[in-house]
Amino acid sequence: MASAVLNLLNSILDWLTVALDAPSARAVIFGVPIGGHLVVEVLLLVVILFLLSQKSYKPPKRPLTEKEIDELCQDWVPEPLIPSITKEMQSEPPVLESAAGPHTIINGKEVVNFASANYLGFIGHEKLLDSCTASLEKYGVGSCGPRGFYGTIDVHLDCEARIAKFLGTPDSILYSYGLSTLFSAIPCFCKKGDIVIVDEGVHWGIQNGLYLSRSTIVYFKHNDMESLRGTLEKITAENKRAKKLRRYIVVEAVYQNSGQIALLDEIIRLKEKYRFRVLLDESNSIGVLGSSGRGLTEHYGVPVEKVDIITAAMGHALATEGGFCTGSARVVDHQRLSSSGYVFSASLSPYLASGAITAIDVLEENPNLISKLKGNITVLWEGLSDVQGLAIASNQQSPIVFLKLEKSTGSLKSDMRILQDIADRMLKEHSVLVVASKRSTLDKCRLPVGISLFVSAAHSESDLLKACESLKRVASAVLGKCK
Amino acid sequence: MIAIPYLTALTTYFSYGLLFVFGQIRDLFSKIFDWWSSNNLQGYAPICLGLEDFYIRRLYLRIQDCFGRPISSAPDAWFDIVERYSNDNNKTLIRTSKLTRCLNLGSYNYLGFAAADEYCTPRAIQSLKKYSASTCSSRVYGGTTVLHNDLEESVAKFVGKPAAIVFGMGYVTNSAILPVLMGKGDLIISDSLNHNSIVNGARGSGATIRVFQHNTSSHLEEVLREQIAEGQPRTHRPWKKIMVIVEGIYSMEGEIGKLPEILAICKKYKAYTYLDEAHSIGAVGKTGRGVCELLGVDTADVDVMMGTFTKSFGSCGGYIAGSKELIQYLKYTCPAHLYATSISPPAAEQIISAIRVILGEDGSSRGAQKLARIRENSNFFRSALQKMGFEVLGDNDSPVMPIMLYNPAKIPAFSRECLKQNVAIVTVAFPATPLLLARARICISASHSKEDLIKALEVISRVGDLVGIKYFPAEPNKQQQDGRVKLE
Repeated sequence: MASAVLNLLNSILDWLTVALDAPSARAVIFGVPIGGHLVVEVLLLVVILFLLSQKSYKPPKRPLTEKEIDELCQDWVPEPLIPSITKEMQSEPPVLESAAGPHTIINGKEVVNFASANYLGFIGHEKLLDSCTASLEKYGVGSCGPRGFYGTIDVHLDCEARIAKFLGTPDSILYSYGLSTLFSAIPCFCKKGDIVIVDEGVHWGIQNGLYLSRSTIVYFKHNDMESLRGTLEKITAENKRAKKLRRYIVVEAVYQNSGQIALLDEIIRLKEKYRFRVLLDESNSIGVLGSSGRGLTEHYGVPVEKVDIITAAMGHALATEGGFCTGSARVVDHQRLSSSGYVFSASLSPYLASGAITAIDVLEENPNLISKLKGNITVLWEGLSDVQGLAIASNQQSPIVFLKLEKSTGSLKSDMRILQDIADRMLKEHSVLVVASKRSTLDKCRLPVGISLFVSAAHSESDLLKACESLKRVASAVLGKCK
Repeated sequence: MIAIPYLTALTTYFSYGLLFVFGQIRDLFSKIFDWWSSNNLQGYAPICLGLEDFYIRRLYLRIQDCFGRPISSAPDAWFDIVERYSNDNNKTLIRTSKLTRCLNLGSYNYLGFAAADEYCTPRAIQSLKKYSASTCSSRVYGGTTVLHNDLEESVAKFVGKPAAIVFGMGYVTNSAILPVLMGKGDLIISDSLNHNSIVNGARGSGATIRVFQHNTSSHLEEVLREQIAEGQPRTHRPWKKIMVIVEGIYSMEGEIGKLPEILAICKKYKAYTYLDEAHSIGAVGKTGRGVCELLGVDTADVDVMMGTFTKSFGSCGGYIAGSKELIQYLKYTCPAHLYATSISPPAAEQIISAIRVILGEDGSSRGAQKLARIRENSNFFRSALQKMGFEVLGDNDSPVMPIMLYNPAKIPAFSRECLKQNVAIVTVAFPATPLLLARARICISASHSKEDLIKALEVISRVGDLVGIKYFPAEPNKQQQDGRVKLE
């Protein structure tokens, strides 16, 4: 049996040799005889080509079957929509039973109000009420449409022109809410890749606008011009393409979070040196700073054209609601079709626009309101300069008098609790309403929290002294106890 | 889903192409002239980049008179439009003191509360006198008056939820609430035609965003299954939570959201739901309580209910209604509650009074009449338009009805011709709609009388013939769908 197999094998081998030799046995290339090589090499080539033509190896794909997806869906457990409610989340704000003027009623008791940014005392002003009433009777309450779709009422145009005339700019644009002004205006002018240098103390509206713009954001130390200069220098040196990008410095005139006033003259110098544009939020300075209330530019004697974009909320000194943005005609016109909060939102209620016009008129007629306010700020500032445990952190001319804890406990939450305790006791024991900072979990501002008092021209001297006295007593009681 | 005829699509593309080419030529020349008289700031990049406002410079400005027409009265059924003229080819429009009385088919005045109302206006004025126009403070500091608490209570009761929180602006309601509720590691599934405020809110939240085909529950299910199975991109960790965001009535389509199907799917896959009732609250439903009432959905199935007061209530602002805990959490941390000026007291009073009228608590049946009226008006107008052969989008009962125009030249033509005959109509084009799908939009109000509507129909029909937008034969034929390109 074995020999038969062997024979067969031999004969096959013989045949193979003959067969392989046969076509190329006598082939000679360049004087080299090549026996069966050619055939073998051709075969090899064929094999290589065959292998190359095959797909490379991949682990077999096994997509999830419907059943598996079903199981995954069944197993998935979402987190609750909101975290569980803790005790600190349940605090109730004071409820006002009358207008939020310098004196208001809470729980049936008259209190002195330092919580409203009613800087010029326009809440309850006769002329404002008359113009709002007339407007309500003529136009109704709401505008029932965005500006593009018959939501433009003649008072809106008048108001825009009035604001521009007051500030000395070519044009302005109205927004229907103070908070939305910035987070709509900023994404209009900054897009991905643009560079924005911003103060670390800016309020949430600006933070959100910057986030939505997707530009490169660099923070500098709060109101620190050295830090701003360093940042500008670094950015300009680092970025070779910087000249091709839009570059902005974003600051607040009076910082809501600290009561500091931006050093505009220095900022303008730096801006011109490094060729940045400036976006200035004047929410707390219009009607307050400058000899006629035209804001920070007037305060520093800087021509208003030097600041490229100015925004402001009207819910403070002007005692209405909404906001505006002003600047060159190009800046304003660009927003009319590109600003989402302007295009996609119902316009400002006409009576609020009328109110704003009247407020500016009244302000222009009564410049003494501003000197009264300045006097009040000085009285309060001086009265509060030696409160136990609290230190004034705000500028001497800021209408927000801001006191922070001399010794922070180290945690934001307990600081806030102590401050809230002070505010609560001032309201309860002395009928003085002041503000203890609250921070949203979304707010990225890391400045210390504190007590704010919003000064109004309508506060009388006794109101101011009462507030000082009350804060001193409560602070020494609360903070003295802590030690 | 809108089907656009081939020929129309072609001519529309051609028109835009032509506008683009001419715009580019004009840009080229203006660039040369600018270079000639180069007064540009050296070293600054231009504040608006070239192509960014190309659309505005070369397309929008040509027809700018069709948008933003100023009015000089309340946006009631009839209003006064201020005439404007231009000396520089529409680049700037100058107001005159001349007024034209026009029929208003543009304002969101669904229930007719825009004009002075016998019940609401005196109360609004009263609260203006009592509380002034503003509190100059945010809700948590000194901006909460008795009125604000009353408003929240009555909104919650009206909407059918345990609690509510109100804000001074509808846009802010969406764009400030979503970042509070959603964040990194969360997924937002949004309808493809959701309003810009939702889009901005979702972007601001930092959550991942997926989009499902407009009003298509099957596609929503597909997206949900895929996302739950896949988890977060790259890390493949399971999503922390998923929120589906839909609207009650889509303002540019007039369509009513398919709430029952969508809610059933969300329930099955444990996704949270966010319903934006900006246009539907007060306007639809037997007692004006919005799409939930209209479609027979239990409000308990919707986790977050949002709406605005600008439309049906003739005021301003927006609300979020939900569980007590949700509202408490929002009041604790929502930036719009903490930092923004609280809603103006007269506006708050207007809403409270309007709700009372709608519910019949003012002692009259005006609310019920208004609701019956808007429904009748809407359905009458819609069916009449359809019979005339217009391509009308949207569902029955919805007071919003867009008429398709498509070609860019038809936008100003339709708007100007209607205005000539004293009918004010809103035309909508890019950026509010996709470039190809320009449309005119009609918003019906309860304050329109039958004569008003008949007049409007006559005018629209005449202008429709003139402009050539009756894309269907006068008797609508359901077989028309063949030979049409499908477009989102």
